[in-house]
Amino acid sequence: MKNKKNLTYMESVYRDGRNWGIVVGLAFLLFPAVLSIIFNAMPNGEVLIKGLIATAPMYWAVGIVEIFTFTPMLGAGGTYLAFITGNISNLKLPCALDAMERANVKASSEEGEVISTISIAVSSIVTIFIVIVGVILIVPLTPVLDSPVLKPAFDQILPALFGGLGVVFISKNAKLSIAPILLMLVLFIFVPALDQSTVGIMVPVGVLFTIAVARILYKKGVI
Amino acid sequence: MEFSVNSPILFVIVGAIIALVLAQSVFFLVKAVKRAKQLGIAGSTIKKTIASAAIFTIAPAVAILIGVIALSKSLGLALPWLRLSIIGSLSYETVAAGNALEAVGQELGNTIADPSIFISVAWVMTIGIAAGVVLVPFLTKKVHSGVAKIGMKDKKWGEILNNAMFLGMISAFLGYVFCDVGNIVKGDASGFIPVCVMATSAIVMAVCGTIATKSKIRWLTDYALPVSLIIGMASAIPFTAWLGGN
Repeated sequence: MKNKKNLTYMESVYRDGRNWGIVVGLAFLLFPAVLSIIFNAMPNGEVLIKGLIATAPMYWAVGIVEIFTFTPMLGAGGTYLAFITGNISNLKLPCALDAMERANVKASSEEGEVISTISIAVSSIVTIFIVIVGVILIVPLTPVLDSPVLKPAFDQILPALFGGLGVVFISKNAKLSIAPILLMLVLFIFVPALDQSTVGIMVPVGVLFTIAVARILYKKGVI
Repeated sequence: MEFSVNSPILFVIVGAIIALVLAQSVFFLVKAVKRAKQLGIAGSTIKKTIASAAIFTIAPAVAILIGVIALSKSLGLALPWLRLSIIGSLSYETVAAGNALEAVGQELGNTIADPSIFISVAWVMTIGIAAGVVLVPFLTKKVHSGVAKIGMKDKKWGEILNNAMFLGMISAFLGYVFCDVGNIVKGDASGFIPVCVMATSAIVMAVCGTIATKSKIRWLTDYALPVSLIIGMASAIPFTAWLGGN
């Protein structure tokens, strides 16, 4: 505890983030094992192996790339929280981007770090509460939320989200946005395998491509 | 203990893990707010950040809740509640659970009665997505301080690099919005539903921005994103009726 005062804010975020991550991570990983003990049943080998082969290699690869691409955008505190609470690209990251934009702070600054962390923490807390209320009230809520009238609205949440967010960022970085948007349009329109389930893989591709374009434009003095 | 997908003990364990995650979120919220004050960020900015993050989260959180309901038909409520509150995303959880059940010829939609199958599905959903949980505690410091160094060396490039990352992500999702437009050659116009929804949301955002700048209505800027999200989602209802949804 003596050293506590000498740590900078960022150092203390790294330390607390790691400690919380280890504790919550262990609880998360031990959950299936606890189920085995409680119900006195072992996992079915066939289901386990087939299920893992179909999901783990792809999602681990995406997960590792996501750490490298999302961390600089989310900030350290935001990363520790968002990788635990999930729904990053469809909720936490847009929320943090919007918050930093409105507070007029840069993700790379310490001001950006705290604003991002605040928005992601609030978003996580609100999500947890809404889902708890929903789980408690599931019987009366199911017919409303499952209703065919509302279904189209919830099916289109991503386009509705990225339309608004896109306007802000594209209008501010018009020159830089042309190449990546064209690339993604061509890929998604002409490659049939690319759809909602694979958009997560294309995020890192888009990020790396845009960085490369940005570097070239920067060196040439265009941006 | 006798197995059921909705066994009370499951809710106790899941509730405890979710309480832990809630504590983590509160911890970081308090820590960041304290630091924001030290850095001289105005109290009003902090309050607005909190309020608009909370309002913005409502619609996506309800979508997550719908995911819990969809998965609860086969997995009960407790497991989807945990998986979608922590780390999960709807697209991943559905794929993972579906793949695991496929191995035993079962489909999503029938309630699982065999504890061994249920536990296997829980393992698959857990291990399949665990990359972030396992690696983030150990990698974040290196990645984050590495990028911070680039920003210190060349400030302008550091800012451009950040914008490039945001744009790269946004462009991937804009591309995704157009993924089914090609079906028009087969006479299926439903691929244009997401395009129209995105355009609606973009127009609402642009209009909010213009009005806010011209008339100096500050709250409109603060809530422009949730407003464009909700109006965009609502527009999906007539667009789907018009262009023929699935």
